[in-house]
Amino acid sequence: MSGQSVALREVVFRYEEMVMRFDLEVLDGEIVAVTGPSGSGKSTLLNLIAGFEMPETGRVFIAGQDVTGLPPGKRPVSMVFQENNLFGHLDLAANVGLGRSPSLRLSEDDRIDVARALERVGLGGKDRRKPGELSGGERQRAALARVLVRDRPVLLLDEPFASLGPALRSDMLDLLRDLHDEAGMTVLMVTHNPGDARVFSDRTVFLENGAVIAFAPTGEIFGKDAHPAVRRYLGSGD
Amino acid sequence: MTGRQPGLSRAPAGAGTGLAALAYLAVLAGGAFLGLAVVAAGDLEGALGAVDPYMLRVARFTLWQAALSTLLSVIPALFVARAFFRHPRFPGRRFAIRLFALPLAIPALVAALGVLALYGRAGIAAPALAWLSGDSWSGIFGLSGILLAHVFFNLPLATRLFLEALDAVPDDRWRLASQLSMGARPTFRIVEWPALRAATPGIAALVFMLCATSFTVVLTLGGGPRATTMEVAIYQALRFDFDPARAVALTALQVTLTALIVVAIARLGAPFAQETNITISPRRYLAPGWLETLLNAVTLSAAIAFVAGPIAATVIAGLSADLARLAGDPAVHRAVATSLVLSFLSGLVALALSFALVRSRQRLEAARQGGAPGLVERLSDNGASLILVVPAVVIGAGWFILLHYFVNVFAVAPVMVVAVNAAMALPFAMRALRPAHDAAAARHDRLAASLAVTGFARLRLIDWPALRGPALTAFAFAMALSLGDLGVIALFGSDSVQTLPYLLLARLGSYRTADAAGLALILATMCLTLIFAAERMKGKAG
Repeated sequence: MSGQSVALREVVFRYEEMVMRFDLEVLDGEIVAVTGPSGSGKSTLLNLIAGFEMPETGRVFIAGQDVTGLPPGKRPVSMVFQENNLFGHLDLAANVGLGRSPSLRLSEDDRIDVARALERVGLGGKDRRKPGELSGGERQRAALARVLVRDRPVLLLDEPFASLGPALRSDMLDLLRDLHDEAGMTVLMVTHNPGDARVFSDRTVFLENGAVIAFAPTGEIFGKDAHPAVRRYLGSGD
Repeated sequence: MTGRQPGLSRAPAGAGTGLAALAYLAVLAGGAFLGLAVVAAGDLEGALGAVDPYMLRVARFTLWQAALSTLLSVIPALFVARAFFRHPRFPGRRFAIRLFALPLAIPALVAALGVLALYGRAGIAAPALAWLSGDSWSGIFGLSGILLAHVFFNLPLATRLFLEALDAVPDDRWRLASQLSMGARPTFRIVEWPALRAATPGIAALVFMLCATSFTVVLTLGGGPRATTMEVAIYQALRFDFDPARAVALTALQVTLTALIVVAIARLGAPFAQETNITISPRRYLAPGWLETLLNAVTLSAAIAFVAGPIAATVIAGLSADLARLAGDPAVHRAVATSLVLSFLSGLVALALSFALVRSRQRLEAARQGGAPGLVERLSDNGASLILVVPAVVIGAGWFILLHYFVNVFAVAPVMVVAVNAAMALPFAMRALRPAHDAAAARHDRLAASLAVTGFARLRLIDWPALRGPALTAFAFAMALSLGDLGVIALFGSDSVQTLPYLLLARLGSYRTADAAGLALILATMCLTLIFAAERMKGKAG
């Protein structure tokens, strides 16, 4: 399945004192990095697209369809969190299988797909392992295997590799890049790391205080003409 | 990353079942009050006229025995708790603290019989007591028996709660006290007493409440009109005199009294559904002198003997009954089977209700994104505790009066036992379930929603595996509570529907004391097996 476009139109979201406003459009198959200081609304942006948060006003569109009223599971979206991507009491095959059937009624073909997906992310033969027996990197790979069998056109990543070391996260980005080349889904990834954004994303959206400050090709965002807010964030001074 | 865990800010799916559970409680309480109101409206004069000097004497006795029981439980408990605390390591300490949890786990009826088996006219301790008093021992009926049984229940409870209060004192204070080389006296005055004093009003209020609404102990040990509490008077008004107007007047008085006590408890911030968490191997910097050690040893030995006595007497008296004959008695078979079925159902209902309430509270909290909790959320949180304001006998009495217009009340006994006992167990079941449920929800909710794992699939794949341990604990607690309960069945029981406690009471009433002792041992064994099972399962969450 190829990617689908994602659009937020005049979305207003309020949490206690904080008011956030989003208005942006991501093209189908595009890879977008979402960055900005802590509390700027990066995770909220993803949660609004995934359906974990409801906008106060405004609409969310995926592939031109208004999905604002749809519950998270009905949206054409997969999401990978920083942690808790797997159910601790289920083995890897079951955790990945949930991506195909939420009640775990899997056909023989489904099981083959699950095994293949685990193979694809480098976890072949670990079907019966419980998440607790795996390393942090392996757990995130298992989450990506589930993204594969779920096969949704939009993939949201909320700092999925933040707790991994540099070599591991570089491996994971390579894997993601390969998966994107194969499936062509639209990707939004929250990251604090400009390096990750540079090697991985086409465009970058920079948020501050719940508003989009800049949204441009990643090279420009972090380039010599960067927005003052971005420079403050990077600590490069002026 | 924002610091907040994003919730599911859409219509919370669990709130519907929570409302259903609240509706259940409302119907249960409302039906009882409707029954009472119908009688009061039809016969207001009769109800008012029923308030006579006798009733006022009963009210006075209720408060008087509760006040005495509280004093006799709480003041010694201060010393016992402190003695336990000052000696964090001695052989048998762990065992003694577990022993102190036992009285709450045994059915009140069994405990009352244990007190009788020890201190009664023909009790195990009677020869020694006769020798001590230099006269023949006349037994402990009436006020003395009630007080003994109440102290047997509440001294250990208060001790555990005080111990918990001492445990909660920050470690640094003890370090400081020992660094300043404070002796026992200054340590008590500066460190221990403030913690104990802060805990005392709440604990005293809780004990008072338990004693003021005590039914079974007073029914078994109270002697006639001179030692009767409100609850027992309600029961007598319905079962023996069938005088609904009188029952209504008594109930109104009783509910007013308990409501006042509950308001006082809420003000004092006491724990409603008691469950203590005592550290077994504490780290402290205490060095009691030899005199203090001696005094503490005497205090602890006396307290342990006092608590162990009736338990041992229950076992001894039970074993000397003709257990083989009881085991072959068809009436016993029927009673055991009835008790198991009814308490099993009651446990299931309690589990379902508490799951619904716990889930709805957590869902509503997650959905509201900060701000103050709404009415349904607060009711889901505390509604179950409110049910304690209205004792089981009062609920039973209201329904008894309401139903007698329409059906044969003795035929609905099973339904009433299951329904009321389940509600009574709710605060305890919820306490067992809620921490694990809320922790699992924080981990799983978003993931399950994003994968569309909902409804029955979610219950089967996600909730049950994560909550199996705590759910079984809640179920076993609720079942044990129902198994030992005498409140509702005393009103609704008959020859055709007999639970084990009801049969026991009947045997006691026909002076078959040995049979009663044997049945008490059987009942206690069943309840304790469940409670121990519950404790074991608590360890194996997830």
